Amino acid sequence: MTAACVVTGLGVAAPNGVGTEEFWTASLTARRGIAPVERFDASSYPSSLAGEITDFDPAHLLTGRLLPQTDRMTRMALVAADWAVTDAGVEPGLLDEFDMGVITASSSGGFEFGHGELEKLAARGSEYVSAYQAFAWFYAVNTGQISIRHGMRGPSGVIVADQAGGLEALAQARRQIRRGTGLVVSGGIDGSLCPWGWVAHQASGRLTTSADPARAFLPFDEDADGHVPGEGGAILVVEDADSARARGNERVYGEIAGHASTFDPPPGSGRPPALERAIRLALDDAGVEAREVDVVFADAAGEPGPDAAEADALRSVFGPFGVPVAAPKALTGRLYSGGGPLDVVAALLTLRDGLLPPAPGIAVRAEYEIDLVVDAPRAVDAATALVLARGHHGFNSALVVRRPAPTRREAHR
Amino acid sequence: MSATLTPDDLLRILRECAGDDGTLDIAQDVLDRTFTDLGYDSVAVLETAGRVSREYGVAIDDDVVAEADTPRALLSIVNAA
Repeated sequence: MTAACVVTGLGVAAPNGVGTEEFWTASLTARRGIAPVERFDASSYPSSLAGEITDFDPAHLLTGRLLPQTDRMTRMALVAADWAVTDAGVEPGLLDEFDMGVITASSSGGFEFGHGELEKLAARGSEYVSAYQAFAWFYAVNTGQISIRHGMRGPSGVIVADQAGGLEALAQARRQIRRGTGLVVSGGIDGSLCPWGWVAHQASGRLTTSADPARAFLPFDEDADGHVPGEGGAILVVEDADSARARGNERVYGEIAGHASTFDPPPGSGRPPALERAIRLALDDAGVEAREVDVVFADAAGEPGPDAAEADALRSVFGPFGVPVAAPKALTGRLYSGGGPLDVVAALLTLRDGLLPPAPGIAVRAEYEIDLVVDAPRAVDAATALVLARGHHGFNSALVVRRPAPTRREAHR
Repeated sequence: MSATLTPDDLLRILRECAGDDGTLDIAQDVLDRTFTDLGYDSVAVLETAGRVSREYGVAIDDDVVAEADTPRALLSIVNAA
């Protein structure tokens, strides 16, 4: 019998709310985090909307030593990790340093930091480029900085798989816990909302060109024509259930009960996309039947082709309108490697509070036959949630979270 | 010979390049404490040396910088260059 892998701490930075409860309230009250880009002038680009975090002040949250050497997304990751570790009640010295690992996801590293250094290189010469560029841009930098800050020297790493990466990081954390590590800080915080990053996003061809924040990112809608890029995500503390109990932890948000990843066949192969297989394998891994899944958090690409493919997979596994589907990312934009972990947080809070967040204003295409929660939060007594994420070029990831088993004390009430 | 780098200037540049949490007080004999002890890693020292090299117009070899383990050692490297 393999011990359960449980989530004991959450830390969130999202475009519509910084802090776990701030994000959750914003999601349930349909507060949108999508607006015209403020950080630089994006008005001359085809796309000019973003899910920007506008109320994050690193100078008040981090030491002066960290500021010269960190990209914005690393600062947010460090703060979210602090919150998650505090939320879990993990104090320094409580666990052996080699029994705690850090496994995060990243899609593009510290783009904004790199943009600044490229400017110095072009305008003033190589001797002006910061030595910190050596690691501040790097995919693994959030993992490294969190590891240093909290003295966590157990199994660590980074996963790069576009939007699928965040769920893959949590799955890798679960693997390491099953191999014997007590605790892993995991998830992902992403973001590249700087002029250089913006050009890269434009080049993807997957952004909406709408300038109306309320009608820009419309997953599963008739008018879906691309996504809005955002920044942020979530960091989670994942633990072996027995080890968490042994250190006196009392609160568990939920269990990471199953996971699977698949890769799509190459274009033109004639074979179907592999999302459905990822879902079925994840349910098998969790030991649950499709009818036992109470809610699904969709990848929600917001483009007609990928939306249809996701709806097909959901219909095949659950039947037409077979399960409530949530897409809270309609309020934040797509957060790349931060998106999956943020959806996992939303799923865990749905298990806790019995409410599914809405994706307001979306009129689902009739032929998709999915039960998307749209205009208001929906009450659900959910014990099992499925979270989906897909990365560009074929990554599919499916993760099952389950309501925690009642503690002995609760069971005796 | 270019301008001499004073201890005050070195600490100012260190602070600007690598940040400070109020520990860099010249009255506290920080010049002879190791960079590690002061909380600065090798990249912080490299970044500081690069900045000094630009501001003071001196060429300092990265390998020589790597051997400077205290602010005073870095000062003497710069002022001998």
